[in-house]
Parts: sequence; C-alpha cells; structure tokens
Amino acid sequence: MSILTGRVIFSGKARGKVVKSDLPISFFGAVDQKTGIIKEPRHPLQGQSIAGKILVFPHAKGSTVGSYILYALKKNNVAPAGMILEQCETIVAVGAIISEIPTVDQVAIDRFQTGDVVRIDEGEIKIEKKSDC
Amino acid sequence: MKLTKKEQALLDGKHGLGLKKAIEILVALGQIYGAKEMVAVTSAQIAGVSYKNIGDPGLEFLRDWADQNARVHIPAFMNPAGIDRQLWRQLGFPEEFAQKQLEIIEALKRMGVRATLTCTPYHIGIVPQKGEHIAWSESSAVCYANSVLGARTNREGGPSALAAAFCGRTPRFGLHLHENRLATHRVLVNCQLKSSADFGLLGYVVGKKIGNGVPFFHGIDLPADETARIVCLKALGAAMAASGAVALYHIEDFTPEAISYGERMIKQNAAVIEIQYLEDARIVLNQQGNQIDLVTLGCPHASLEELRVIAEMIGQRQLKKPLWIATSAIVREDARANGWLEIIERAGGKVLADTCMVVAPLEEMGIKYIATNSAKAATYLPSHQAAVVRYGTTEQCVQAAINGHF
Repeated sequence: MSILTGRVIFSGKARGKVVKSDLPISFFGAVDQKTGIIKEPRHPLQGQSIAGKILVFPHAKGSTVGSYILYALKKNNVAPAGMILEQCETIVAVGAIISEIPTVDQVAIDRFQTGDVVRIDEGEIKIEKKSDC
Repeated sequence: MKLTKKEQALLDGKHGLGLKKAIEILVALGQIYGAKEMVAVTSAQIAGVSYKNIGDPGLEFLRDWADQNARVHIPAFMNPAGIDRQLWRQLGFPEEFAQKQLEIIEALKRMGVRATLTCTPYHIGIVPQKGEHIAWSESSAVCYANSVLGARTNREGGPSALAAAFCGRTPRFGLHLHENRLATHRVLVNCQLKSSADFGLLGYVVGKKIGNGVPFFHGIDLPADETARIVCLKALGAAMAASGAVALYHIEDFTPEAISYGERMIKQNAAVIEIQYLEDARIVLNQQGNQIDLVTLGCPHASLEELRVIAEMIGQRQLKKPLWIATSAIVREDARANGWLEIIERAGGKVLADTCMVVAPLEEMGIKYIATNSAKAATYLPSHQAAVVRYGTTEQCVQAAINGHF
C-alpha cells in the first residue's frame, strides 16, 4: 500500500474506485449533469461515469461554468466522491467547495490507474488496491 | 495563509454556512495562488448572471446560497443578464428563458446584490479610485478598472466575486500586488487608429499575442475628446480580454500607473512587439457576405455619449434592419431624458438595458447574421451564438441598419 500526500483544496474523507484521465476535463459541455457520464466526443473517458468515483485528472479546462456543473452533479447524486489533480485551478477549486467534494492537488497522477481503489483522508491518499487490469 | 480573527470566525462557521462557504472559496484561491493574507475590497461586480451562461445548476446554486442567509457586506453589482427586464416580450425573447433569468436576478437580489445588470459600472457612477482594491469579474470591466482607473482587481469568477462581496475581502495575490502589475510586453504601435473599431482590432491582435500578459503601449494617439477617448480605451481593453486574458494594460504618459512610475512600470526582460497593421485581424473578425439580421452596438455597454452619437448618426432616417444598442437601465433613462432614445426608437431601433448580444439567447431566436462595432462581440458571437459576423465602425454599423445590408 502506498501513501501519497498533496494539498487540500476541500477537506474531507472519500473512498472509491479511480476513474483516471490523462487529459484535462471541461465540466461544462463534457459531462452529463444528470448521469455523471463523460459525453465529450473523443475524450478518453467518453461513455464512462464519474458518479461516486475518485476522479483523477491533471487539471480542468474550459468555461468557469464548470464549477456550477460540479454542483449540479452533486445535487443529482452523481458527483465524484473525491478528486485528485496535478494542479487544481479555480474552476475545480470553486466547484469542489460549493459541492463539498473532498479534493487534493499537487499529486503525481501517474501513480494511479482506472480501477484502483483509493482512500482520501484530508491531504493523504492511500492506494488500497491496485487495479488488476 | 494568515487569517485575522474575523476571517477565522467565518471559516469556523460562526456566521453561518453561507459565509463559511464564501471564506472557504477565498482561502482555497489564496492557497492556490500563494496569497499570504486577505485584503479588504470596496466593491464587487458579479458575473455569471445570464441564464444562457450558468443554466439551471447556477440558478440552483445561487438560490441555495441565498437560502443560507448569505448577504453582501460591501456594494455589489450584477453583470448583464440574458434579457431586458422591460422589453423581453416585445423583443420576442423565449418565455421560459426569461422566467429562469428573472429567478436568477431575484436570488442575487435576495443576497443584496444590486440589479445594475451592466458590464460598464463606471458609466453609472461606480468609479473606484487609483489604488483601491476591488473584486470585479466581467473581463472588460476588470481591464478598464485596473488600467484606466488604476484600481486593483483580479479576474474574479462569479462565485469568487460573490464570496468577496459577502466577506468584504479577497486573497491578496495577482494584480493586488504591485510587482504583478509590471508590464511583461512593450507594444510599439506603428499604425494609425482611426476609430474605436481600430482600437478593438489592436486589442484583438495584442490579446492573441500576449495571452494573460500586461502590455505597455507606446505610440498610441488617443482622441483629444474625453468621451471619444473612453470609448476607444473601453474597446481596446474589452478586445484584449476576449482574444487573450489581459486584465491590465498601461499607456505611456496616460494611464495612472504609467504616469506615476513611467518606464519603471515595465519589467526588465519585457518582450517587445511591434504592431504595423491591423488588416489581418479585420479579415478574421469581419466575415464574408453583406446579409444582416441584426445590427448590434454596446459591447461593452454603451455610455450616454455613445447613445448621443448614434442618435445623431440616425437623425431623421428610418432603419431597414433591427438595430439594438445595449446599455444599462440607468443610461437608457438618461438617454430618454435627453431625447436621444426617442430618435433611435422613432427610426425603429431599440435600446436594450440589462443584457447584451453575447449573453442574450440570440441563437435560439433565429438571429444569425450580425453586424457589430465590438471586437469583443465579434470574437465571441461565432462560438457563443453560432453567428456570422460583420465588423465595422459605429458609423458603418448604423449605416448598415439604415441600408438593410452591410
């Protein structure tokens, strides 16, 4: 089991399966608010759900409305359980706070792969189970 | 980040959940950008008002925040919305859109934000002084306040500007610090700027080249007339904020910090850019064809003086195509009192308050071919509204409305 530390953007605990994107995510226009499924054409996560998952990605891109989209995901019970980023910018930071999603940044995301089981506890991240695939 | 007792109390939730969320946003932004402390701000200008932009998730968030009794503690003002609250029915705005829009405005009003609904608060008497710290969020207003007025603000997002309004503070980083206001680029302007549309083109070119840098302009000839000068500076900043992310510029011997510090306002290793012609930019912004569905002016929102100039250009003539001029409700009332509104309306034009062509649901209303004198609008309209845009001077645009084609 490995333990990583990062910077707390929104505090809290979360546990879940990793969904990882090596490319930035634009929440505005790229995520279905009702289902939490990534709908951006040609995005590596297209068709995958981020609901209840630990979303691992480098940073966000696109419109600042993305913060509100995270809020909508939370209201519709399809928000990620937690988020881990390389560099959190304002869109995700504001979105994480208003939606109360435990979020940590300044983490090397190459340590994770989709399917890992991860626990976030404030700024500490434990990879409990490595993905088999 | 060092917090005062009052700020810590907010963070501990002693003033309610709404304010706790607000200070959490400010602290997180401060951490991300390396702020050591907060700074008091004297006003906030809140973007993210149009339903077209923030949609149902934004409405719901604002309503929830208002329900948590979050209230502003400093003067706070709304950016334009997606409708004119008086004229939306007459102009054929969709009913459902208008209702949602009114709900957003209502939620913001409950939090104490004034429904000024303008991107040019400095045209309605909200004029921060040099050195004053503020939290504004509309990109052109930010650029004008920083550059022309010498006030200090970062480019706030909607929620962070609201958070600043609730707490009366913002993290001290970015353009709140003198060292970050130094110019990153010297821009030598070696072409003539004959109209505010040319200032828009210059802004478009420079914004594209320098992104979020800070330009120091040499060789700009500003109009001698103060009102014409303001129009040009507004167009320049708005265009740079749209094609790039410029939040501050300096003009040699003119803007407040350039006057105070001269060349000391330029970084030692600043890059040098020379601008010799604007025709490439004109070709990009001015698309082909002479068909127009709508001529639209007032991006950013028109001043009273601009309305006077447009009324004089129209005179006794009738318009063949719709002409919409966007402004604030206060300026529209002043134009009415001066008789200029009557001239524009008698010709068949409309002066829209509260909204603008960028955030109104034009695409949904079937408006496709749009002429404008705003490089900012010409930058955004093709992507935001799927529009085909013609770009020209105010006179060309008014003439196009009179002739029925561009």
